[in-house]
Amino acid sequence: MSDIKLERIDHNRLLIPQSGAMNVPGIIYANEKLRELLKDDESAKQVVNVACLPGIVNYSLAMPDVHWGYGFPIGGVAAFDLEAGIVSPGGVGYDINCGCRLIGTNLSGDDIREKIDDLTKALYHYIPSGVGSTGAVKLSGKDQKRVLEEGALWAVKNGFGRAEDLEATEDGGKLPGADPEKVSARALERGKQQLGTLGSGNHFLEIEIVREIFHETAARSFGLRKGQIVIMIHSGSRGLGYQICDDYLALMVKHARETGIELPDRQLACAYLNSPRGHNYLAAMACGANYAWANRQLLMHRTREVFEKTLHLSPRELGMHLIYDVCHNIAKIESFAVGGKIRKLCVHRKGATRAFPAGHELVPPRYRDVGQPVLIPGDMGTGSYVLVGQAKAMEETFGSACHGAGRLMSRTQATKACRGRSIARELYDQGVIVMAGSKGTLGEEMPEAYKNLHAVVQVMHEAGIAGKVARLAALACIKG
Amino acid sequence: MEKYRLFDHTADIGMEIFGRTKHELFSNAAWALENVLLTRGEQCTNSGRRKTITVEGADVADLLINFLRELLYLFNGLGLVMKNCTVAECRTRRLVVQLVVEPFNDREHVIKTELKAVTYHGLNVEKIKTGWKARVIFDV
Repeated sequence: MSDIKLERIDHNRLLIPQSGAMNVPGIIYANEKLRELLKDDESAKQVVNVACLPGIVNYSLAMPDVHWGYGFPIGGVAAFDLEAGIVSPGGVGYDINCGCRLIGTNLSGDDIREKIDDLTKALYHYIPSGVGSTGAVKLSGKDQKRVLEEGALWAVKNGFGRAEDLEATEDGGKLPGADPEKVSARALERGKQQLGTLGSGNHFLEIEIVREIFHETAARSFGLRKGQIVIMIHSGSRGLGYQICDDYLALMVKHARETGIELPDRQLACAYLNSPRGHNYLAAMACGANYAWANRQLLMHRTREVFEKTLHLSPRELGMHLIYDVCHNIAKIESFAVGGKIRKLCVHRKGATRAFPAGHELVPPRYRDVGQPVLIPGDMGTGSYVLVGQAKAMEETFGSACHGAGRLMSRTQATKACRGRSIARELYDQGVIVMAGSKGTLGEEMPEAYKNLHAVVQVMHEAGIAGKVARLAALACIKG
Repeated sequence: MEKYRLFDHTADIGMEIFGRTKHELFSNAAWALENVLLTRGEQCTNSGRRKTITVEGADVADLLINFLRELLYLFNGLGLVMKNCTVAECRTRRLVVQLVVEPFNDREHVIKTELKAVTYHGLNVEKIKTGWKARVIFDV
């Protein structure tokens, strides 16, 4: 249990006053109900630890889905000065550019009601998922290098999608500065066979239906309407990303020890942004991010093929278009107004989503009038939300919002809680078909293992960080 | 003596490992990792090949993390499953372990959990009355 002092700023925010080795105060987005949940884990302590890192600007932040991670809390956001600040592989996470993509369709619930079983089975069989799954695309060394440099662009150039998909992907699906030379042989080896695979754990592919629209103008701009079938994909950079993080973390732990840098937690090991170690990590991390974008692009391509074959409809009839793709584990160089001046900062989002408002130059032109779509996947039973980035996010959270519901129970607690129950059956009774590689995963990912998604999203909505656009309900889910 | 136990961590898996000696601590850590990763079917064969792992570290905690990182790569990166583990040398900053390994085979091995990585978060190795105790958190 955490003994950190929390002071309420307003209905949706808590302050951790600056003290001890903290360079800045901490702010946690939470109402009273969510505050109660903080008592049972170490996330507030982790917000404090991040506040102690060199060159941190304004605040160490936590979104309302915050929970105990390793090093940084999950749901943590922190921005660092490019000269005096650091970059931390643990502040990005092992699954570099883990993220979500939402695909819109011309279909309504009635169009697939009779076919939903077939669709789910076909998706489960055609899309590789589960621990150690390998993809249909086996990359040569040369191709892999291109994937790392070009991201989703490589996939589109090779027939796995359309140019318009790139316009609806954060950063166009390609983070600049990627250098495959900075990626270890081990990471490259692990990446060769996993492109186009979903993975395991909390990664999923879900068929969802738009249940509720909150913001008509934004929904229209995003191409969302009530009763519409959409598909949410949650995956990341697979073994390649994990290995990049592991390699650089070990290097930075060693570096910290040799240079006498005091760390409140070794997992926070970092390098100055203007040092060769910092540059190398960012170049390798960009490779991981690009791999993840190519991965989600391939997963979407496969999904389109499955829908075409199973429903016997043409691409035009299906109208499967990418609404947006966001990453929620990343470090990005972005510009923000700090103390009246525009400064370039390195923003770490560890389990947090970018949420840029209307008018921002990095929001795709088609959405620039309303703001960036923010995709918030929930647990298997609750469904998901689509939000839209708002101006206050630029003032308060370095353009960031939450990334999901946030875990509440540990995996062991969840496994114990579902003993003697069939989670698949319970979900089926609620109208959700689930296919998973292992019963264990289903138990660990049961709906009660997560915080209340509606409450988490409501905090972001009321705080003016990201406004509610649509609520989506799950109809079918495949998991590894 | 208990070899290891799992403890609750919201997002990940925590593990406490015990050993009467440092040799035993490392060996128990290797088996604990394997038990979390997979279960063996009944058709266990005797085939396997030898593999020596040498790791270095600044202290015993660093050695343990680096050893577990190597073992995890063996499985996640090379698809090899450990069948036997002998700690041949255990100094303050260097560890040599001889393993017998076999390729992963889904008729004999059933994967339980995907571990992404061994983290440094909350890492601790200490001498206790009965020998040694380590605390490690894995990213799931």
